[in-house]
Amino acid sequence: MRHEPTKQEYSQMVEEMTPKHNSLLNCIRAFFVGGAFCLLGEMIKQTMMKVFDISKKDALLYVTIELVLLSVILTGFNLYGKITKFGGAGGLVPITGFANSVASPAIEYQKEGQVFGIGVKIFTIAGPVILYGIFSAFLAGICYFLGTQWGWIG
Amino acid sequence: MSQMRGKSSIVFEKAPYLLGWSSIVAQKEGEGPLGDLFDEVIEDPFFGEETWEMAEGHFMRQAAMLAIKKAGLAKEEIRYAFAGDLLEQNTATSYGLKELEIPLFGLFGACSTAGESLSLASMMVAAGYATHALATASSHIGSAEKQFRFPLEYGNQRPQSATWTVTGSGAFIVSREKGPVKITGITTGKIVDYGMKDPMNMGACMAPAAAQVIYQHFQDYGKEPKDYDAIYTGDLGEVGKDILIRLLKENGYDISEVHGDCGLEIYENETQDTHSGGSGCACSAVVLASMLMRRLISGYWKKILFVPTGALMSKTSFNEGESVCGIAHAVLLEREEA
Repeated sequence: MRHEPTKQEYSQMVEEMTPKHNSLLNCIRAFFVGGAFCLLGEMIKQTMMKVFDISKKDALLYVTIELVLLSVILTGFNLYGKITKFGGAGGLVPITGFANSVASPAIEYQKEGQVFGIGVKIFTIAGPVILYGIFSAFLAGICYFLGTQWGWIG
Repeated sequence: MSQMRGKSSIVFEKAPYLLGWSSIVAQKEGEGPLGDLFDEVIEDPFFGEETWEMAEGHFMRQAAMLAIKKAGLAKEEIRYAFAGDLLEQNTATSYGLKELEIPLFGLFGACSTAGESLSLASMMVAAGYATHALATASSHIGSAEKQFRFPLEYGNQRPQSATWTVTGSGAFIVSREKGPVKITGITTGKIVDYGMKDPMNMGACMAPAAAQVIYQHFQDYGKEPKDYDAIYTGDLGEVGKDILIRLLKENGYDISEVHGDCGLEIYENETQDTHSGGSGCACSAVVLASMLMRRLISGYWKKILFVPTGALMSKTSFNEGESVCGIAHAVLLEREEA
């Protein structure tokens, strides 16, 4: 063309012309959706402790198991995606979001077989979280170890 | 007289005709504003198949067979097929068309494939190498999301600039036999890279390619936007449309009066939650085979420029930090006066 913008000019032009999500609204929604999951978790915990007379430590395990189960069921009915679409990080960050990220590839890749489908691809989304979660725990562990050896940490 | 025009256009001496065409879509497209204009709306997204890939192939086969039937031909009379889709190794095309046993040229032009296949089929027919040729393209939301993004059940938020892949296929029979619409010329686009890296803003990645090929078409043909009843791009969406008009305006061509975008016609963006509009190979193909063809045949339009747009990228190139290039192909369609 006779007049072509430079890459930098073009990038500026695109930035100007592309609509954005409303960040404040997204934060408010994320707060309530994420908060709702936490509230649900607390309700499960209290029920376990008061009704079934289970220790606090065990009750917390039940919270994890039941929230994961709930998320997997919602994923199976293709409902979890709708929650995250509305709630953004409020749906992504809690353990339910993590469960969704494992269950959804299992459904999608089931057609490619138990090994190369589900087996290989089930952690395509959650894999990085697991890898870097363990890796950062390892680094923190080393710091803690050195800290205690050198007397910096009690 | 040479049929070559300018730098990258052709004016056909004996313009080939569109003898048959078809549009097969899924339910969401059927519920959109063009719902009544499509030939078939298939409610089962798997189309009776086991996987998204085979389902997409089925859409393409169904569209091809219907176009052949509407042209009043048998599949044995089709000398060549030009077809493509979005999947790796053209999976949908290969598995979809194998039963038809038509000599095939498999194409990849991303979402510009409808323009690429029509260009090549018309060149083949105009040159006398075929009496009838098939041009088709398909896409499927299930197979596209799986290949390029996330599993369908995974929850995430799509940006406002994201588009929605059209499920379906459009097919055309390009022929030497007289039909109601003819392809009088083509302008072939080149790869245009403005360094865009956001695959969730395809419109911005492809708009410069569309601008380039439309500009080249005007230059080669010595025409102005007012010489066309409509100029339809493939799937630029809200964002890309505005950028295209601005880029061409800066080059002395104001197409805002005649420009339309297939991606903006196929869905009701607000109510169908499709953000910036429709996309995918099928988007431009099914809109041409439904709304645009109808308007040409009814005489509402006499001459339109059809410009499907594609984003050339793969998941690998994206992960490796490469930019998303664009390409577009222009096909000049005119109503055959009775």
